[in-house]
Amino acid sequence: MSESTSFPILTALVLTPAIGAVVVSAISKRRPELVKLAALAFSGITAAMSIWLLCTFKSGEAGMQFVSKHSWIKAWGISWNLGVDGISIFLVVLTGLLWPIALLGADAHHDEKPYAAWLLILQAGVMGSFMSQDLFLFFVFFEIVLVPMYFLIGRWGYEGRIYAATKFFLYTMVGSALMLVGLVTTALLARRDIGHMTFDIHEIATGSHFAASTGRWLFLAFAIAFAVKVPLFPLHTWLPDAHTQAPTAGSVILAGVLLKLGTYGLLRFNVFLFPEASRYFRPVLLTLSVIGILYGAVVATMQKDLKRLVAYSSVAHLGFIVLGTFAFTSSAASGSVMQMINHGVSTGALFLMVGMISERRHTREISQLKGLQKVAPIFAVVFTVVMLSSIGVPGLNGFVGEFLILIGTFLTARWWAVVAATGVILAALYLLWAYQRVFHGEPDEANKSFRELTLREGLVILPMIAAIFFCGVYPKAMLDRIEPSVKELIAHVEEKTGYQEPVPVAVPVAEHEPKEGEE
Amino acid sequence: MNLLLAPMQQAEKLASPSVNWGSLTPLLVLLGTGLVLLVGAALSPRPWKRGMYATMTAGAAIAAGVLQFVLWSGTVHHGPKALVKDAIVVDGPSLFIGISICAALLLAALVTDNYLRREDIDSPEVYGLYLMAALGGLVMAASNDLIVLFLGLETLSIALYVLAAAHRKRIESQEAGLKYFVLGGFSSAFFLYGIALIYGATGTTKLRGTESIKTALSLVVETDKNRALLVVGVALLLVGLAFKVAAVPFHSWTPDVYQGAPTPVTGFMASAAKAAAFGALLRSVVLSMPELRDDWRPAIWVLAILTLVVGSILAVVQTNVKRMLAYSSISHAGFILVGIEAAAHGGESGNRGVASILFYVLTYAVLVSGTFAVATLVGRSGDAAHSLDSYKGLGKQRPLLALTLTVFLLAQAGVPLTSGFVAKFSVITAAADANSYAIAIIAMLSAVIGAFLYLRIIVSMFLEEGDAEGDKVAIPFGTGLAVAISAAFTLVVGFFPGWLLTLAKDAAGRLF
Repeated sequence: MSESTSFPILTALVLTPAIGAVVVSAISKRRPELVKLAALAFSGITAAMSIWLLCTFKSGEAGMQFVSKHSWIKAWGISWNLGVDGISIFLVVLTGLLWPIALLGADAHHDEKPYAAWLLILQAGVMGSFMSQDLFLFFVFFEIVLVPMYFLIGRWGYEGRIYAATKFFLYTMVGSALMLVGLVTTALLARRDIGHMTFDIHEIATGSHFAASTGRWLFLAFAIAFAVKVPLFPLHTWLPDAHTQAPTAGSVILAGVLLKLGTYGLLRFNVFLFPEASRYFRPVLLTLSVIGILYGAVVATMQKDLKRLVAYSSVAHLGFIVLGTFAFTSSAASGSVMQMINHGVSTGALFLMVGMISERRHTREISQLKGLQKVAPIFAVVFTVVMLSSIGVPGLNGFVGEFLILIGTFLTARWWAVVAATGVILAALYLLWAYQRVFHGEPDEANKSFRELTLREGLVILPMIAAIFFCGVYPKAMLDRIEPSVKELIAHVEEKTGYQEPVPVAVPVAEHEPKEGEE
Repeated sequence: MNLLLAPMQQAEKLASPSVNWGSLTPLLVLLGTGLVLLVGAALSPRPWKRGMYATMTAGAAIAAGVLQFVLWSGTVHHGPKALVKDAIVVDGPSLFIGISICAALLLAALVTDNYLRREDIDSPEVYGLYLMAALGGLVMAASNDLIVLFLGLETLSIALYVLAAAHRKRIESQEAGLKYFVLGGFSSAFFLYGIALIYGATGTTKLRGTESIKTALSLVVETDKNRALLVVGVALLLVGLAFKVAAVPFHSWTPDVYQGAPTPVTGFMASAAKAAAFGALLRSVVLSMPELRDDWRPAIWVLAILTLVVGSILAVVQTNVKRMLAYSSISHAGFILVGIEAAAHGGESGNRGVASILFYVLTYAVLVSGTFAVATLVGRSGDAAHSLDSYKGLGKQRPLLALTLTVFLLAQAGVPLTSGFVAKFSVITAAADANSYAIAIIAMLSAVIGAFLYLRIIVSMFLEEGDAEGDKVAIPFGTGLAVAISAAFTLVVGFFPGWLLTLAKDAAGRLF
């Protein structure tokens, strides 16, 4: 662990949005115009700080950086323990950047003050979850995230919002209930090995020696919570409802970072704390993720609602991430980490654009939309880029992640990789087919007046397009920072379980590697 | 002459155990204030100044609380002690629960003042009864003799029967009082019979820490003589206490009584009475009869699981908020029983269990007082608007009040950064430490079912269209203060639980 810097940047990243929420709720009713300004200011500061964090982040280092650790609840050995490494740094940056985009890109339409306040609290919670190095602290943030999201869906969503919000809350809470018991037990059992009570994951991971069966139970307690959050088939049923009913900003954030809490949790907690059990349950998780990839793609193909389609495509994409996580090769795991960001950017952008369509047309039914390309060519081009990135076309970011995942998985789980690769073809199928129906052809009466992309909308989406191209063309910048931490994690698994990573083939980072199934 | 004098001398001996009056001051303050209120108000020609009764009650609650803190620091320096021939103890758990009861009394007094005037039934009797009930609760938590425990239980119960019926103008309130009285009478009878059987088996009514009970218990356990008698006695004791804490299957009075009783009284029942009964359960069975652990612990296990599951499932199907909260208080009792089960294991993990119970009791007492304070306000004039629909639009009409209730509800659901979460966490930790994993998982899953209920109220406040029925909710000063205190406590303990956890741990360790 590196020395902590003088300025507690990570703590500031959590506290800034939290303070912002308080400030926003304190704004007088008579000055509604200040609400958005204040919210933007606070999320802007957070974004700037996260970029600064990325710039000062030392690439090539595996351990935690910017660590900020203070005792919180002494009696239980709980501390305010934040840190970032290669696995979490980009998630933190994505969280920092996504909020201004979500705030600018979508309107609340009513009750703007609580809307902005809940959004900022959500950001604080997500930030904290990605940076916590303490099980208890992580759980606190992980649970806190539910509350603002519940209100955002339930109050600013579409017709079926209350049902969707309640389903979301309860599904996630069932998982957390098991996780709470699991994490308490983990700490109590680790105490016997370590000698004192601690929730610090690094102390637990290195100091504890769980019996195989115990480790497996604990693994399950965590894995179910994260599998709900990811969501992994068959625990995914809350996701389409939540996504479809959530307001645009909610969907963007849900897809962009919230689902990653699940995949990140699997990597950070399950694999790190219970390597033996992770190896043991590997076939189950690989199978479930492959089923998720295929099932999500097939169901997405059949959707009539554009937003639901994107939601199901998320199920498929997150299947890839879990696949890479449990392949236990550094290239697959790096691919997973990268794909978390890619999916956040491209699906976030997709939801943003679907939100714009539904804003203009007051419908998201594919059959109601037609020939948008004719009336809004720029909109169509932007949509195409985002869509191609989501499909995983070489040259764009989605390709790099999926390619690394597949190549890494092929080394250790050949047949799963083969089946998963067909998911890439299916992704092309459902997205291109939807694109064809929505954008091609002659626009009818209702679609004639479809407004072109406005300057503001263009500016909001520009950073995402830039990220899509940059990461597609020059992924090395990201991988240099991700890989050391991932390698260390795999080494930790090797050390604890006696597993040997197959000798890695030199990973080609070339972007234009032709691959089966692309377009 | 001698023949005549001998019984008199004996009687003299019997009548004069040495009494350490100083350590009884918290009880005396409550008793004195209660008597002054009742007698003084009866003698004075016209009603006292507005708010005078409530102020005195609140003052007494604060004074009793402060005195217990003083006694607390006494136990820090000189260790716990027993008074009045070991009948009453002054130790960590008794003081901790006593302080919880005083906190509940303070909050109840603040809420009741506005309530009684709104309903136009202001009178000193209600406060006198509150003070008596609190006195009974304190005695229950501190009693180290089954007879004294019974006295405390009856003092608490009889005061509560009358309090439940205190709203003279509402027939539901009287029904609640009668129901509570009949069923409560039953449970007291069971309890008393249990005492008789235990006395029959051991020859003593003394509890923990005294030589007589230890030798009696070990004799029973070793020789198996009278064992059945003792076990049945303990079972009946459990029945009586399970009724008071509203554990399933002895809970059937709870929804009706909670719904019918005046709302501030319901809050007082859910906080103070529950705290007292758990204190009594802790001392009379869990801590005093560890030798019989294998006989009564399974019973606690079953009670806990039934209470958790039934409480949370039945809560979900209710439409009346007071009934919902009644069932939710049942499932919270289940959570505390999880802690009791952990405490029953003895040793270090047992100590953790005791600490978790104490922590839960205090935080829940404050939490539920705050919740019912808000319900009192929303009930509006007539104390009848308690359907879910009455909460519609509260988020628009009274955003701050609705937000506070949301905090209380989320805390009850166990969302982090509230006291409710820390309480649940400490109970689960204790259970896991005692290897009671099944019960811990069931507890957490039933908390999820329970969360659905709290979400329904939140949905009604914020998410459903439509205006609130009836008049705008008024927020008078006293009730507002009570709500604010509870909310502040809930959040402060949620963010910084360390100090209170340490206090609870100290209390659990400083056992007589």
